[in-house]
Amino acid sequence: MSGRSLFDKIWDRHQIETQADGSSLILIDRIFLHERTGAVALESLADAGRPVRHPEAVFCTMDHIVDTTAGRNDNTRMPSGKAFIQATRKAARAAGIRLFDLDDPQQGIAHVLSPELGIALPGLTLVCPDSHTCTLGGLGALAWGIGSTEAEHALATKTLRVHRPRNMRVHCAGTLPIGTTAKDLILHLIGRYGAGGGAGHALEFCGPAIRALDIEARLTLCNMAVEFSAFSGLVAPDEKTIDYLRGRDYAPQGPLWEAALADWSELHSDADARFDTEYQIDCSQLSPAVTWGTSPQHATTVAGQVPDPARCADAGGRSAMQRALNYMDLQPGQAMRELRIDAAFIGSCTNARLSDLRAAAAVLRGRKVAAGVRAICVPGSSTVKREAEAEGLDRIFTEAGFQWREAGCSMCFFAGGESMGYQERVISSTNRNFESRQGPQTRTHLASPATVAASAVFGRIGAASELSA
Amino acid sequence: MRPFTRHRGIAAPLLRINIDTDAIIPSREMKTVSKRGLSAGLFAGWRYLDAGSRTPDPSFVLNQDAHAGASILLGGANFGCGSSREHAVWALAEYGIRCIIAPSFGAIFANNCVRNGLLPLVLDDALVRQLAAQVVKNPQQAQLDIDLEHCQVLAPDGQAHSFSLAEGHRQMLLQGLDPIALTQQSQARIDQHLAQDRQARPWAYL
Ligand code: SF4
Repeated sequence: MSGRSLFDKIWDRHQIETQADGSSLILIDRIFLHERTGAVALESLADAGRPVRHPEAVFCTMDHIVDTTAGRNDNTRMPSGKAFIQATRKAARAAGIRLFDLDDPQQGIAHVLSPELGIALPGLTLVCPDSHTCTLGGLGALAWGIGSTEAEHALATKTLRVHRPRNMRVHCAGTLPIGTTAKDLILHLIGRYGAGGGAGHALEFCGPAIRALDIEARLTLCNMAVEFSAFSGLVAPDEKTIDYLRGRDYAPQGPLWEAALADWSELHSDADARFDTEYQIDCSQLSPAVTWGTSPQHATTVAGQVPDPARCADAGGRSAMQRALNYMDLQPGQAMRELRIDAAFIGSCTNARLSDLRAAAAVLRGRKVAAGVRAICVPGSSTVKREAEAEGLDRIFTEAGFQWREAGCSMCFFAGGESMGYQERVISSTNRNFESRQGPQTRTHLASPATVAASAVFGRIGAASELSA
Repeated sequence: MRPFTRHRGIAAPLLRINIDTDAIIPSREMKTVSKRGLSAGLFAGWRYLDAGSRTPDPSFVLNQDAHAGASILLGGANFGCGSSREHAVWALAEYGIRCIIAPSFGAIFANNCVRNGLLPLVLDDALVRQLAAQVVKNPQQAQLDIDLEHCQVLAPDGQAHSFSLAEGHRQMLLQGLDPIALTQQSQARIDQHLAQDRQARPWAYL
């Protein structure tokens, strides 16, 4: 018998039974909800007279449509946003689950809270009605996004019916050059193999470049597994993972911690594990990445150019590229570095953790945002915000000309409230550059926090390495 | 849930790749904490020249008389990628879409479809294009006939094309099953597993 992958090990341990229909009944260890999709699930469950079966394993946060300006309350700029917030509060209280409410010192984006509080742990299954739940694979948790109806199923039964995905491994050799980050790596991967490249697979990242990443960078990497269409992303836990989790609020303590460590030591792919698909990336060849189009697969390098659709062999890809060029108002061959920007956004579950804010602040220290550029920084959680302020990062951002906000998803997406402007060009540390994602007809370029900060200073797309030391 | 056994209907081609759920229903159109009232926001960014006044864009396929009453969408690869919002499926269903035919689907979206009586039907790219070419000549006449019992699509030219679907999804659609009720039949097995697991992984329990 051949060995098992990390994914196989977690899956097998959670499989209660296989069904006649080929699906598996999988035990779900933790469920996370947020006010955008959680209230619908909780209300619909209550309407059906079904209780939440294990409320102690369920968490809920307010992140998506809450206001992120100082002194905020239930009122949001999104029409009817208040109704979502209040309905969620009511439903969460009725269900007896832990709610990170607006005024809670631990409030923040679900996928930032889960690791930061030790709610997500290696080897656990965790689901949330939110596609970026895969972020938590950075800790070695098997975590994936689901719909509201599936969330109801998980809440009512602590299980889900899932068809087993296949195994994929991306081996990341070499060392990422200084200034090139996990965000650049994942954009490169999606650019190279397409937004559908990981479809149907649980995707493990491995290799020396991954071992060298800190935990927050691994979370960034796995965050975008869904933009690669993967079921989820995974990184095997190691000493860094253990050091990161020790002492966190919901992490096991004392003898339970010791038991957890013993379990986690098994959480790696066996040497003879079989993978259905394998990719290799030489990380030493990478450089800061940026997207030019309206899909994460429309990725290039900051030093690169807008590609020519005529060179795309596949008809579907070619017409999508042409459409994206029109939407983004770009011409083939234009240098990315020549594109003027209207706004810069640092935030989201991809890149708004402390290390991200530090990287951006290192670029901004003693510099100013270019005239006419609206620059905004939104910490991923209230904890990140406090920690950043304790280090004085907030002053670096504000002195450079960035707005410094309360935690939340904010302008990562447009819900009808606050947004980036009509047809504005935005450089953003988020994960989706879809049409109108950040505002009506807004043109989004995805990049790392350091690239966003440097671009804000230049007033055009540019890398931090272009700034003199 | 409304079962899906066999459906004959008018099809509308929307052959773009990577149609994401933000495009299917923009977040700003998700206005109430409800699964209903979403169809007006379906494809709002493409369907209306001006989303505020709801002025239809005549170039968008669902606004064209020829495709009036469409209940089948023909889409490009990776249809429904992106956000997990089930609102995309609720909006499609409320609009009257019963089946989407595409070369591939976003996984969460496909799961959401089968839980709401919508069939995510995979055919290869060339075949989807061929069906679209047959349909557009006369959409009201050139209808598609989809038989989930036998996993076949009958094209306007009389040819039958087989497709496959995970058996769990097929049964859920055919019988209109409520998966929660189904799983609760295994409650004793689940409780037993939980009890054993709590011994083996005490650290995993809060
Ligand atoms: S930060 Fe953006 S991508 Fe992340 S959960 Fe919030 S809206 Fe979604």
